Amino acid sequence: MPRGRLEWRIAELIQVKDETPTARTLLFDVPGWPGHLAGQHVDVRLTADDGYSTQRSYSLSAPDRVELTVQKVADGEVSPYLTEVLETGDKLELRGPVGGWFVWRPTGKAPVTLIAGGSGIVPLMAMIRARREAGGATPFKLIYSARAPDERYYAPELRRPEPGVDVTYLYTRAVPEGWTRPPGRITVADVNSGAWPAEFEPDCFVCGPTGFVEAVADMLVALGHDPRRIKTERFGPTGG
Amino acid sequence: MHVDGNALAGPLSEIFTVDMTAAQGQCAGCGQAGPVAGLHVYGDAPGHAMGMVARCPGCDNVMLRLVRGPEAAWLDLRGTVSLRIPLG
Repeated sequence: MPRGRLEWRIAELIQVKDETPTARTLLFDVPGWPGHLAGQHVDVRLTADDGYSTQRSYSLSAPDRVELTVQKVADGEVSPYLTEVLETGDKLELRGPVGGWFVWRPTGKAPVTLIAGGSGIVPLMAMIRARREAGGATPFKLIYSARAPDERYYAPELRRPEPGVDVTYLYTRAVPEGWTRPPGRITVADVNSGAWPAEFEPDCFVCGPTGFVEAVADMLVALGHDPRRIKTERFGPTGG
Repeated sequence: MHVDGNALAGPLSEIFTVDMTAAQGQCAGCGQAGPVAGLHVYGDAPGHAMGMVARCPGCDNVMLRLVRGPEAAWLDLRGTVSLRIPLG
């Protein structure tokens, strides 16, 4: 995808939606935005009055609009501003889209396994939405590991039945009443039952904190998946 | 702790007009080849593109170093044998 050199653009916040008590979805208007693929991300830059500037990367959560979901990191430098201070009409600097590897195209024919840890759901949700938007028939399976039921993003949307999209939830700290699986980190048994088997040759996308992603990628390889079909995105311990 | 080569997408897009994270890089240390997106990236602070070091996931050899100064960027690739850059 040749294009010009990447430049910072001015983005105006036009809509805000709370996802959880500590995360919110931000919709921006970015004049001249060239469009993007599901899984791509943007860099956001904030500059203080004294000229100090800092930037972070955030995944785009939808294929057809510049929308991010940001988790507040308590001691973070950028996320508290984006989740608590920024209001509609405010502007910030943003550049993108970037990243051409961790992407899913609606022309993809292989079945798709998506495995999310916490806010790692964001780029995977963009893939589910891209599939829906394209009227695609590619079968998807999503395994979504969250700390507790009220920490799930996009909960009403994922609750709606969608033919060809199979969703499995895992909880690491607290579970809903009557839930049979005790709270705990993802295991190879969870991956084995929630993901497409290796012989279907699915494309696997794994996104989450570094430790989660490494553990899941190792499980997929142990289950016989071709490492070249496993795409990962680690966002590190804090994100900020 | 590290993130992965996806984090290089923005900083490298300042320099190159094609996406470099999908490029296949071969490590000068162990010969392993894989996407730049799969490298292990260490930086001095999250999100700061000022200094980033990308290591081979196979042998930890430093394959790429990127430093962004106010007026120029330094890209050190001495740990990389080659980059195969898709131009589709």
